[in-house]
Amino acid sequence: MNISISPDLVPILREGIFLGLVVVTVFGAMLSTLAKRMTRAVLGLVVCFLGIAGIYYFLNSPFLALMQLLIYVGAVAITICFAIMLAEPDEMKMAAKTPGLAGPFAALLGGAVTWVLASTAMSAQWMAPAVKINEGSVKQVGESLLTTYSMVFELVSIVLLVAILGSVVVASYGRDKEEC
Amino acid sequence: MLTLSTQLNTYLFIGAMLFGFGVFGLVKRPSLIGMLIAAELVLCGASVNFMAFNRFLAPDPTVGQIFTLFIMAIAAAEAAIAMSIVVAVYRNYKSIETEDLVDLQG
Repeated sequence: MNISISPDLVPILREGIFLGLVVVTVFGAMLSTLAKRMTRAVLGLVVCFLGIAGIYYFLNSPFLALMQLLIYVGAVAITICFAIMLAEPDEMKMAAKTPGLAGPFAALLGGAVTWVLASTAMSAQWMAPAVKINEGSVKQVGESLLTTYSMVFELVSIVLLVAILGSVVVASYGRDKEEC
Repeated sequence: MLTLSTQLNTYLFIGAMLFGFGVFGLVKRPSLIGMLIAAELVLCGASVNFMAFNRFLAPDPTVGQIFTLFIMAIAAAEAAIAMSIVVAVYRNYKSIETEDLVDLQG
């Protein structure tokens, strides 16, 4: 099957898909911070991660897009789901107890942080590099991960191992007390 | 308008917005799990920034990708640790509200 798109239509399609991804990301972020129920917040987080994976694709890195899906959507979101199932947070009840100023103050703070970061980034003069020494393809990422940055690779392995063991130890803490 | 996806500023703005949403959630949420979700948003904002600079400004475009992979691994480790802490706290206090965890009078 051969679909031909006229060359004039390509940038419009590209921008349309990009804007759609940005909308999905922002909608997911809003859902994950504003939803009353925690399960919906996790769903919003997943939607946000999906949008970010698409944005990584636009940033010339399909490898990172797939990793985003695997690690964040596949592992982190499921871990948070387990935390919700084990601890049953009742945000409806909590919201009644918290002072009314927390929401507006948080919105003000978040807006201020966004504004400062965005305005700084927009007003700065970024210098494009004179020459790119490679394209950043998956092959090159793998090569430099196992040569120049092999230390990073090993460190990540150790950090993950320690995190797994540590989480088992911490989660088992206080278990005996419950039984007696 | 038709070059939006090929400009550095667009991506920097998306990163700043995700970071802002994360800070907003961190302050607003009354429970530990809500704060954990917001912290993930902060990490994602940082990753998008790294990837944007990597795509447009870095002479060696593998560096940012590797650093973003590093951030992802740290985020996964952080989520696992935070989940076990939440479970331990819930077992001892029967609650994961930040308001209830004031044994040290903080």
